[in-house]
Amino acid sequence: MSGNANPSTTPVKSTGLHIGEPAPGVAKKDPILVADGIVRQFGGLTAVNVDHVEIPRNAITALIGPNGAGKTTFFNLLTGFDQPNEGTWSFNGKSLNGVPSFKVARMGLIRTFQLTKALGLLTVMDNMKLGNTGQRGEKLLSSLIPALWKKQDSEIEVKAMELLKRFKLDAKHEDFAASLSGGQRKLLEMARALMTDPTLVMLDEPMAGVNPALTQSLLDHILDLKTQGMTVLFVEHDMHMVRHIADWVIVMAEGKVVAEGAPDEVMKNPAVIDAYLGSHQDVDLGAVTGRISLPESK
Amino acid sequence: MDILGILNSTAGFVLAPVTIAYALAALGLAVHFGFAGLLNMGMAGFMALGAYGYAMGILSFGLPWYLAALVGLGAAVVFALILGIPTLRLRGDYLAIVTIAAAEILRLLFLTKTFDEYTGSADGLFGYNGEFQEANPIADGTYGFPPFEDTAATWWVRIVGLLILAIATFAVWRLVNSPWGRVLKGIREDEDAIRSLGKNVFTYKMQALIIGGVLGAMGGLVLAMSSNVNQGQYVTSLTFFIWTALLLGGAATVFGPLVGSLIFWVLQAFLGLLFPAMAEAGLLLGLTSIQAAQIKYIIVGVALVLIVVFRPQGIFGNKKELTFVR
Amino acid sequence: MENTTVKRGRAARLLAALATTALSLGVLLMAGPATADTVNDEMPYKVSGNVQKSGEPLAGVSINVNGNGIDADVVTDAEGKWKVGVSERNTTYTVTLDETTLPEGVIVKDNPETTDVVEAAVMEVEMGPGGRVTMNYFIGKGERVVAPYIDQVVQRLISGVNFGLMLALAAIGMSLIYGTTGISNFAHAEMVTFGAIVTFVMSGMGAPIWLAIIAAIVASALFGWGLDSAIWAPLRRRNTGLVQLMIVSIGLSLAVRYTFQLFIGGGTEQLPGADAPKIPLFGTVALSWIDMASMAISVILIAAFAWWLMFTRMGKATRAISDNPGLAAASGINVDSVVRVVWIVGATLAGFSGILWAYFRPGIRWDMGGQILLLMFAATTLGGLGTAWGALVGSLIVGVLVEASSLFIPSDLKYVGALVVLIVILLFRPQGILGRKERIG
Repeated sequence: MSGNANPSTTPVKSTGLHIGEPAPGVAKKDPILVADGIVRQFGGLTAVNVDHVEIPRNAITALIGPNGAGKTTFFNLLTGFDQPNEGTWSFNGKSLNGVPSFKVARMGLIRTFQLTKALGLLTVMDNMKLGNTGQRGEKLLSSLIPALWKKQDSEIEVKAMELLKRFKLDAKHEDFAASLSGGQRKLLEMARALMTDPTLVMLDEPMAGVNPALTQSLLDHILDLKTQGMTVLFVEHDMHMVRHIADWVIVMAEGKVVAEGAPDEVMKNPAVIDAYLGSHQDVDLGAVTGRISLPESK
Repeated sequence: MDILGILNSTAGFVLAPVTIAYALAALGLAVHFGFAGLLNMGMAGFMALGAYGYAMGILSFGLPWYLAALVGLGAAVVFALILGIPTLRLRGDYLAIVTIAAAEILRLLFLTKTFDEYTGSADGLFGYNGEFQEANPIADGTYGFPPFEDTAATWWVRIVGLLILAIATFAVWRLVNSPWGRVLKGIREDEDAIRSLGKNVFTYKMQALIIGGVLGAMGGLVLAMSSNVNQGQYVTSLTFFIWTALLLGGAATVFGPLVGSLIFWVLQAFLGLLFPAMAEAGLLLGLTSIQAAQIKYIIVGVALVLIVVFRPQGIFGNKKELTFVR
Repeated sequence: MENTTVKRGRAARLLAALATTALSLGVLLMAGPATADTVNDEMPYKVSGNVQKSGEPLAGVSINVNGNGIDADVVTDAEGKWKVGVSERNTTYTVTLDETTLPEGVIVKDNPETTDVVEAAVMEVEMGPGGRVTMNYFIGKGERVVAPYIDQVVQRLISGVNFGLMLALAAIGMSLIYGTTGISNFAHAEMVTFGAIVTFVMSGMGAPIWLAIIAAIVASALFGWGLDSAIWAPLRRRNTGLVQLMIVSIGLSLAVRYTFQLFIGGGTEQLPGADAPKIPLFGTVALSWIDMASMAISVILIAAFAWWLMFTRMGKATRAISDNPGLAAASGINVDSVVRVVWIVGATLAGFSGILWAYFRPGIRWDMGGQILLLMFAATTLGGLGTAWGALVGSLIVGVLVEASSLFIPSDLKYVGALVVLIVILLFRPQGILGRKERIG
């Protein structure tokens, strides 16, 4: 576990994830999530129109693209929070068509939200406990008899404390989540997601609004997930972070996947530069879309 | 002005069946709104079902009183299901309008002459409490000491009501302090967050709607046991009064609704006697005593506004834990 | 009627046991009366009567006495007698005989002695200082006049449009308020009642009706302005949540409603001209000049409002805020002052609607606005919450539905139809007929 706050830590990148030339929709050696022909329209506007995309297992994949590219909508579609007009998609070989969001989550596909959904009026510990699945005390009738769930609840509490320690939130476990800072809430949301023992973690802009002092530890946590055998898919505007930790990058623009590849290759791809910058192609992508730029990148 | 007499009559409301009925309904509303965030504006409908189910169970179906009581509670479960299946997916204020409309539909159905044979239409139902009172183990006579002096019949209603209230309160206390209650509080704040953690939000909301609705029906049942049943009791104002009692005590607490109902009724009774007495004594600038009797309702309205704006967590609520979500 | 006797018998057996609780409940919950030949016997003054057909008593006839806070149903006994106790004297009560409870082939005939005949079966009785009044119905052979079906349909449709236009005046304001502030305004009912009450008070003070109406409209505008300045504007500055605002409007509604009752009492009052004669148009279809004026004025007002909303600067700003408050504020619109104007416009329209409602019902009551509050909600929701045109279309549909539904279902269930439609619309098309889907959620 790297609690190290030094940004120069070089993570080990997974390579050789794809089969053949990196291009939009390229096949992966071991895909965990496969989406085909996903179309989502709002009124007359097509927000997402993805022909084919595969997410590699046990790797960190970044989903990038300019504002309005349909990244968050695509996230919502994959996790059952929104239903596409057409298309099929599957997780671990199981079709997710029409599966409601809570069942998707139970299958091990857990997401976080762009605007953090820490439950402010619950304590940090209660937030964590909510993440645990299969609790007997969450059933209406057995909840009436504490003897049935007390033991399991204390076990969950131990597990939650361990995770909170890792995320340096253990001192705050009795506080209401509303009293945490924005960055701490992001951490809490991620820790809570881990309570569900997920196989694929989808993070929607994990860095947005996070104090720079916390970013490194957040990055380390994301890298940790891979070490522990999980798969990560995240949406991010911060190109510095994408370059630093992503093994694979998928670029979306105007609802479509326009490019895929390893971070360094993709950043040089003219289609990507075009998508982000229009005609200003002589500016380096990383420099422009780094943490300071794009004032509306929320 | 007979201040002592007024205080005496007021004290009689501390454990009056109507106070117990309000406490039960407010407790149900606490489950709905305080813990699950469901904006139920149709509590009067659930109460009406409890009362009419009980009375009609005896008069129309000839059931023994305890089975008839279950009919009322069962009707509330069915009503919650009918209301909940389509509406729990809707946004909060839509639920408010659907529930208020549904409760009013129920009341109009109880009022119409079309079903007069079963509902007694505008006259309501009465004369069904015979068997319930025959089951009264207390010998005839009056018991207690002033101001808590009442007939055996009233004591019987009171004891049954308090028993129901005690069991209900204990069950709700257990529920909201369990992992089940934790999920419910999570839903109150952010459904999507709870969904993303693999919980079936709809089921939890439905369970909460049913439990709160049954508590409301229990309130109606206690009212029906203590007097007659009439649709004029179950108007939307009743729902608003129960909201006032709930918010007074604290929406996201278990004991707040009970204390809130107590305060509500004690103040209602006190002011309802005080103002007419003051008017008769000529202290209210020429208002008649009938006019003065309205003042207490005006105060209820003003109090509701003030509580919601200045102390939304109620008297017993913890400001950090609940004010109003969204 | 056997049923009633059984109920009465059991009631008597339990009366003693229930006396204490029933009394307290009766006072505090406005519990309804028991059906009997004598109701509210404990009250000091009595309205009584005798229902006979050529000397032969008619038992089991339902009679309702209404006014001054009393709304009691009574059924005649074997001798055709009935009695209702009331709390006030030196005032009038409305006594209604339910003709459907008369035997076949018998109706209430016009009574030559009473002048205040609304319909033969509905009579206004004057209770003098004596505190006792007896009134008798003239019952005779006759067929209830049944209008041809097509005439009934036309009459109902016209009536529905009239009611719908009146409802629209109130619903448009409610919808605008919802659109610009997000408040589901329960106190809108009291803004409706307010207009009617000011008209009544002014005309009671001797003002001619046109002056009373103008005064009521001005007062309604001031009322809207006052509510916004005293309550809603400060709450906007506190950033109060929508649910809280909704409950504040409920509290406000209760407080204002009972304040009305404090001043005008629990009875029904009439505006001058409420008894204007019906002018036959064709067949049995008839309208009074008040009905016609009401529809004409509604149309003119709605057209004027439409012009305001579409073409004036303020109207455009209002629509902009309904569409997207954040964007509107960012583009330099003063949201606070626009919302204030919306409250004033909403209250004015509601107040006017109240005057029309007083003529339509007919009568002024302290809770008359509350009687159509849910229909207003139904209309605004049906058309699409927050859209003014939706409220207009929704109101017309609700109005016609309510009036026409009494052709098929018992008239005491006519509001049920509209409320069921409200629920169904919310379930299947929550954005309403004219609303956009994106606004939901």
